[in-house]
Amino acid sequence: MNFQFPDIGPVIPELIMTAIALIVLLADLLIKKKEVLALFSIAGIAAVAYTLIGSSGVTFGGMFISDGYSTFFKLIFFVNVILSVLISIKYIVIEKVNFGEYYALILFSTTGMMIMASAADLIVLYLGLELMALSTYVLAGFIRHDIKSNEAALKYFLLGAFSTAFLLYGISMIYGLTGTTNIKAIALYISEKGLTGNLSLLLSVILFTVAFGFKIAAAPFHMWAPDVYEGAPTSITAFMSVGPKAAGFAVLGRVFMVAFVSVKVDWVAILIPISILTMGVGNIVALSQTNIKRMLAYSSIAHAGYALLGIICANNEGLASMMNYLMIYAFMNIGAFAVITMLRSEGFRGEDITDYEGLAKTHPLSAALMLIFMFSLTGIPPTAGFIGKLYIFMSAINAGYTWLVVIAVIFSAISAYFYLRIVMYMYMKEPKEVVTLTKSPSTGIALGVAAVAVLVIGIFPSFLVDLARAAIKGF
Amino acid sequence: MIPELFFAYFAFAIVLFSIIVITRKNPVHSVLWMLLLFFHIAGLYLFLNAEFMAVMQVIVYAGGILVLFLFVVMLVSLKEEIKVARFIGAWPTGFTFAVALFIVILMSLRSFVAGPQGKYTIDLIKSESNIKVLGKLLYTDFLFPFEIASLILLVAMVGAIVLAKKRFKG
Repeated sequence: MNFQFPDIGPVIPELIMTAIALIVLLADLLIKKKEVLALFSIAGIAAVAYTLIGSSGVTFGGMFISDGYSTFFKLIFFVNVILSVLISIKYIVIEKVNFGEYYALILFSTTGMMIMASAADLIVLYLGLELMALSTYVLAGFIRHDIKSNEAALKYFLLGAFSTAFLLYGISMIYGLTGTTNIKAIALYISEKGLTGNLSLLLSVILFTVAFGFKIAAAPFHMWAPDVYEGAPTSITAFMSVGPKAAGFAVLGRVFMVAFVSVKVDWVAILIPISILTMGVGNIVALSQTNIKRMLAYSSIAHAGYALLGIICANNEGLASMMNYLMIYAFMNIGAFAVITMLRSEGFRGEDITDYEGLAKTHPLSAALMLIFMFSLTGIPPTAGFIGKLYIFMSAINAGYTWLVVIAVIFSAISAYFYLRIVMYMYMKEPKEVVTLTKSPSTGIALGVAAVAVLVIGIFPSFLVDLARAAIKGF
Repeated sequence: MIPELFFAYFAFAIVLFSIIVITRKNPVHSVLWMLLLFFHIAGLYLFLNAEFMAVMQVIVYAGGILVLFLFVVMLVSLKEEIKVARFIGAWPTGFTFAVALFIVILMSLRSFVAGPQGKYTIDLIKSESNIKVLGKLLYTDFLFPFEIASLILLVAMVGAIVLAKKRFKG
């Protein structure tokens, strides 16, 4: 057997990302000021983003693919990780967990997501998913002296391991059926041998749906999300409400649209009820939440339901809208979480929605920013959230799912109640106690970037929409 | 006939031991049943002509991981633990779903057609030796997954240290 050293061109971004994570891990020993590590991480991620240009190609015997689709998702992960690191710097000092490993784990998790987005082989996909998930489990339990954080980590870990078992069972079934784990080869084998109506293939598709449904927090696999989002450190809640979800959508899109493309009818029929249930559970249960992190957890479930519409379209236009939506979701959701981290101060949790009463009187700028993010999450123009929903609903209508869009719009209208309730508390109630905000330049930058992005995308959406459409070409 | 019987014994024993492991009240008993379970899994590997995997299963799982399990169990207060119910109240629901899933799997497996065989036949592996083939594959075709696995182990290590050993501040 002759071994040729594989072309490492396409994996350079992942390699550099790993190197940065390792450097952060080692530098933690020498550097006392952990802020330096955060800044180094951000500079490193910028460098990785730069290497994305010209990294396209297939390597490692077809196991790894870097194309427009994966690159767009990697951009979402970078937005996610940079904004999360920015809001973490001050927050983890207040939570008394200002350790360098925090940044190293966030970078490792992002590496895992990048590998998932680029996985062209089910084994690579599984390992990328484990790398992402394992780092996130630890991060969820990072506040070791807080029992809620422990609970979050343990729940996330146990249920995550359970869902991974489904994924592995699905993979082993597919391997037995087709004799390969390569995503393209699976598609080829299924269409060649006419396995389309095979029940074990269908079972495998269902097992994949369960595993990916867990990662994107789609109902009925969403049970973990509220407890984990509530207990985890807020900056990590922001990180994992966007990153692992987007990574889950990335693999969902690639596996279902490439490997299982010939059983499209079947998986669309499975995903439609899941999507409706997800939107329903997310939006309706969110109505009764009084803890803002829990409320945003249900909101995050609901948004997974909207984004699923893009996959249900089962065409490139739908996928482009879904990618678009996730990018917008990254900005608006982390923006909202940035405001939540500011309310946390020494001896004050600031997680109850009544803590927002009269915020407009005491801190008008923060209240205005929260207003923008809440409007965007509801989907009110001229914010980016509106654009995201508009394009995803349009692709669904073009694909012939008008009735589904009607249901989505109804749920979207219901969601206005709990998002705008926060706005109402901020602007129409008197402050009952003086809330001191924990301000820091880094959180300010994150808020500024998120707010500007939400408004700019909302007013000039064509740039992002064209980027997503260009990325999906040749998928 | 003999191979089928052999497989049937191991498969049945593995399922049975798994159920015993999760239903014991005493964690030490659970761990010891798990030891038996791991040996049976090793037996399955042996049955598949994967001697190296079988040995690794015994050394790593039965030898390494299980001993760690026992250490952890020793730290748990057994007197308290035995009084606690093994399952939460909703277990009948879970059981129903598990049985339903089992029936669905059994039904769909009837249409299972095995895919093409790979190039690593038993004869080839026998002539090359098990470890050699495995090692070659890990460092050539599966180099990339192999490296990701090393990162996963690193994260597990860092995570364990962060969660268990990190000193408090303030």
